[in-house]
Amino acid sequence: MLGYFLRRLLATIPVMGVVALFVFSLLYLSPGDPAAIIAGDLATPADIARIRTKLGLDEPYFERFGHWLAALAHGDLGTSIFTGLPVAHLIAQRVEPTVALTVCTLIVTVLLAVPLGVLAAWKAGGWVDRAVMAFSVLGFSLPVFVFAYLLIMLFAMKLGWLPVQGYRPIEDGFWPFLRHLVLPSVALGTVYMALIARITRATMLDVLAQDYIRTAHAKGLAPGEVLVGHALKNASVPIVTVIGIGVTLLISGVVVTETVFAIPGIGRLTVDAILRRDYPIIQAVTLIFSAAYVIINLLVDLSYTVLDPRIRY
Amino acid sequence: MKASFRSLMGAAVLAAAMLHAGGAAAEKTIKFIPEADLKSLDPIWTTAYITRNHGYMVYDTLFATDAKFQVRPQMVDTYQVSADKLTWTFTLRDGLKFSDGQPVRSADCIASIERWAKRDVLGQKLGELTESWTAVNDKTFKLKLKKPFAFVLEALGKPSSNVPFIMPERVAKTDAFTQITDPIGSGPFMMVKSEWVPGSKVVYVKNPYYRPRSEPPSWAAGGKVVKVDRVEWLYIPDSATAANAINAGEVDWWQQLPPDLIPVLAANKDIKIENTDPLGSIGILRFNHLQPPFNNPKMREALLYVVNQQDYAIGIAGSPKNGHPCYSFYTCGTPLASELGAGPLKGKRDFDKAKALIKEAGYKGEKIVVLDATDQPIVHAQALITLELLKKLGLNAELASSDWGTLITRRASKEPVDKGGWSIFHTWFVGPDMTTPALNAPLRASGADAWFGWPSDPKIEALRNQWFAAADPAAAKTLAEQIQAEAFKSVPYIPTAQFIIPTAYRTDLSGILVSPIPLMWNVEKK
Repeated sequence: MLGYFLRRLLATIPVMGVVALFVFSLLYLSPGDPAAIIAGDLATPADIARIRTKLGLDEPYFERFGHWLAALAHGDLGTSIFTGLPVAHLIAQRVEPTVALTVCTLIVTVLLAVPLGVLAAWKAGGWVDRAVMAFSVLGFSLPVFVFAYLLIMLFAMKLGWLPVQGYRPIEDGFWPFLRHLVLPSVALGTVYMALIARITRATMLDVLAQDYIRTAHAKGLAPGEVLVGHALKNASVPIVTVIGIGVTLLISGVVVTETVFAIPGIGRLTVDAILRRDYPIIQAVTLIFSAAYVIINLLVDLSYTVLDPRIRY
Repeated sequence: MKASFRSLMGAAVLAAAMLHAGGAAAEKTIKFIPEADLKSLDPIWTTAYITRNHGYMVYDTLFATDAKFQVRPQMVDTYQVSADKLTWTFTLRDGLKFSDGQPVRSADCIASIERWAKRDVLGQKLGELTESWTAVNDKTFKLKLKKPFAFVLEALGKPSSNVPFIMPERVAKTDAFTQITDPIGSGPFMMVKSEWVPGSKVVYVKNPYYRPRSEPPSWAAGGKVVKVDRVEWLYIPDSATAANAINAGEVDWWQQLPPDLIPVLAANKDIKIENTDPLGSIGILRFNHLQPPFNNPKMREALLYVVNQQDYAIGIAGSPKNGHPCYSFYTCGTPLASELGAGPLKGKRDFDKAKALIKEAGYKGEKIVVLDATDQPIVHAQALITLELLKKLGLNAELASSDWGTLITRRASKEPVDKGGWSIFHTWFVGPDMTTPALNAPLRASGADAWFGWPSDPKIEALRNQWFAAADPAAAKTLAEQIQAEAFKSVPYIPTAQFIIPTAYRTDLSGILVSPIPLMWNVEKK
C-alpha cells in the first residue's frame, strides 16, 4: 500500500514534466505580446521592442525554457511580468478564496446530492424521484452564470440577505466569511449536485435490486439501516469516483463563479494572466492545477480501500 | 509592584479611550470600481490609463493643467525664465514631503523628469532640447535649454500618459524601461502595498505628509485636499455584478458605466449618473499605410466620404447624449480643435463619390482585413460598423476577431494580409491625449518610426517641427491647423467619434471633480 502510494507520487514527476513542456510550448507559439500590452496603446514599436528585450521575451525558445526550468528546480515560480511581484506570492494571495469556495461547494453538494439520490432511488418512480430528476435536468441545463445572476437578484437584491459580490477571509470572522460564500457555492454546486444525485440514484437502484438487500429486508432490518448501512455503503465506490471527478471539474468551474461574484481566486488570476499573456503566472498555475488533479485522483484511488475492503493495491 | 499595576491599568484605560475615540470617528472609505485592473505601479514604464490614474493618487507634479487649459504651478512655488528663454529656474513649495516623510528635493525632481523624458513623446522633445538640469539647492533647480522651447510648461504639466510625476530620486534613478515597484510618492494618497491584490483590490490611505495648495481644485491643478481616510479600488470585471454591487450599496462609485446599464442604475434614486469627463475619448479608424489597398491615398480618402461619425458615436456610447461627432484631429472642446479641411468627413455621406475614388485608385479586389477585439466593446463596435461600410462599398473585406492581446500583436506586423498582416484596426484615446500635434500619436507621419500603420507624410512632419518651434500660441494654432488640413488629404487615420462613458456614484458622495481623469481628492462621503 505504502509502495503503491510512493509509486503514484513519483509518477507525478514525469506527468508534471510533460505538462510543463506542453504549456511552455503552447504559450511560446500562441499569439500575443506582453511587452505590447505593458507599453500601452500610445507606445511606439521601438518602446515595445526595448521592453521585450528587458523582460527577456526575445530570447530563443530553449534558452527561455531552460531558464524557467532552472528556476523551477530551485522552487522559484518566477515573477509576474506585469506586477513585478513573485508568482508564488500572487498564487498564495488567491489560494484561500478558491479553496474556501471549492470546499464549501463540495460540502453543500455532497450533503444535498447524496441524500437526494438515495431518496430518489428508494422512491423510484414516485413524485420524489421525478422531482429529483427534474432538478437534475435543470441543474445540467442552466449555465452557472445564469443561475448565479438569478440567485443574486433574489437573495442579494430583492431580499438583501446576502452580499452581491466579494470575499471576506476567515480571519474577518466566520459569519462574514460564510455569508460571502453561500451564493457562489450554491451557484457553482448546482451542476455537480445534479451529476452526483443522478449517479447516486442510478448506483443505488442497481444495488437495491441485489439479493443481499432483499435478504436484509427479510431479516427484518429497518429500511433506513438497509438503505444506509447496506445499500449506500456498497454503492459508494462509483459515487466517490464521481465526487473526485467533480472536485477536479470544480477547479475549472470556479473561473466563471469567481468572475460573477468578484472573488479574487486562482480562477480569475488565471484568466487575467491569459488575457494579458503573463506567462510566468499561466505556467505556474497550470503546473499547480496538474499536481492537484494527480493528487485528487490518488486520494480517490486510496479511498476505495477504505470503502471496499476487497480492493487492495 | 503597585506602581506597575497602576501603570498597567492606566495603559488599559488609555487604550480603551483610544479605541472608543476611533470608533466615534468612523473611518470613511470610498469603494470605487475603476475602469481596469491596476497591473503596474509605474506610470512611466506604461502608458496604461489605469496606471496613470494610480499615479495621480500617489504622486504630485511640478505643474498641472487646469480646466481652462492653463498650466499652473503645483509642487512648484515660483519659476522664472531668462530673457533669452534658455534658462528656467524652478523653486519648490515649502514643506513638500514624500509619503515616507522624506523631504522632496531638487534632486528628486530632476531624476523624475529625466526618467520621464526618456519615455514620453513630449518629454523626449524636451530632452532633445535640454542642455542640462542642475540643482541650485534642495529647493531650487534649473533647466538649461539648447534653444528656446515654447512648450516647457505644457510638457511639465502634461495631464495624461505619460505624466511627469515626481518620485524619490532613488526610485526615479531606475532605468526607464524597467518597472518600478516602490509606490512611495509625493501625492495626496499613499498606497497600502501590503493590501494590494492584483486583479482585485488596491488600497490607498491619506498621505499625512502631503501639503495641498490653497487654491480650489481644477482638474489636476489646485488644492488636492483629501476628505476621506481610505479609498479602495475594487476591480469587478463583470459589469452586471458591478451594477448590482453599486445598486446594493456595496460600492460607492463606478468609474465607467457601460451604456446598456444606464437605464438599470437610473431607476435607483440613491445613484447619480453624470458625465464628469469634459473631453471624453476619441475613437479612431487606423489604416495600414504599407500594404494594399490602403497604401493608396485615394482608398483612404474614399472612406472619409462614407464614415458617419453619428453611427460610430451611437455604436460606442449607446445614445447621442454620450457620443457626438468631432470633425477634427484634435479633441473637440480644446483650443486647437477646428473643422478646417474636414469637408469630406463632415458633409453629406457620399457613397458614389467614394466608389469613384476607389475606381480611380485601381482597386483590384485585394482582401481587406479589419482587426477586431471582441473583449473590447469600443473596438468591437467600431470594427463592425466599418466592416458594414466596406461591404456596402463592394470591397472584399473580412473581420479578424480575437482578443485585444492578440490584436495588438498582429497590428505590429508589416506583412501583407495573407502573411498575418492587417488593413484596418480601431482603438480610442482619451481626449487629453489628442489635443496637440505633440501628443496625438496616430497623427505622426514619420513612416517606419511612426505609430502602428506607419503613415508617411513629410509635410505633416515638417509642420510638426515648425509647431514645436512656434514663437507664440497664435502661430502654434495656425501651424496646427495646417497639419490638420494636410492630414485630411493624406488621411493617416479617421477620427470616428467623440464619446463619454458616464460615471455612476451613490448620492452619499459629493465633491467629485469634473476632469478627464477620475480624481479622488475633494470627494466627501456622508
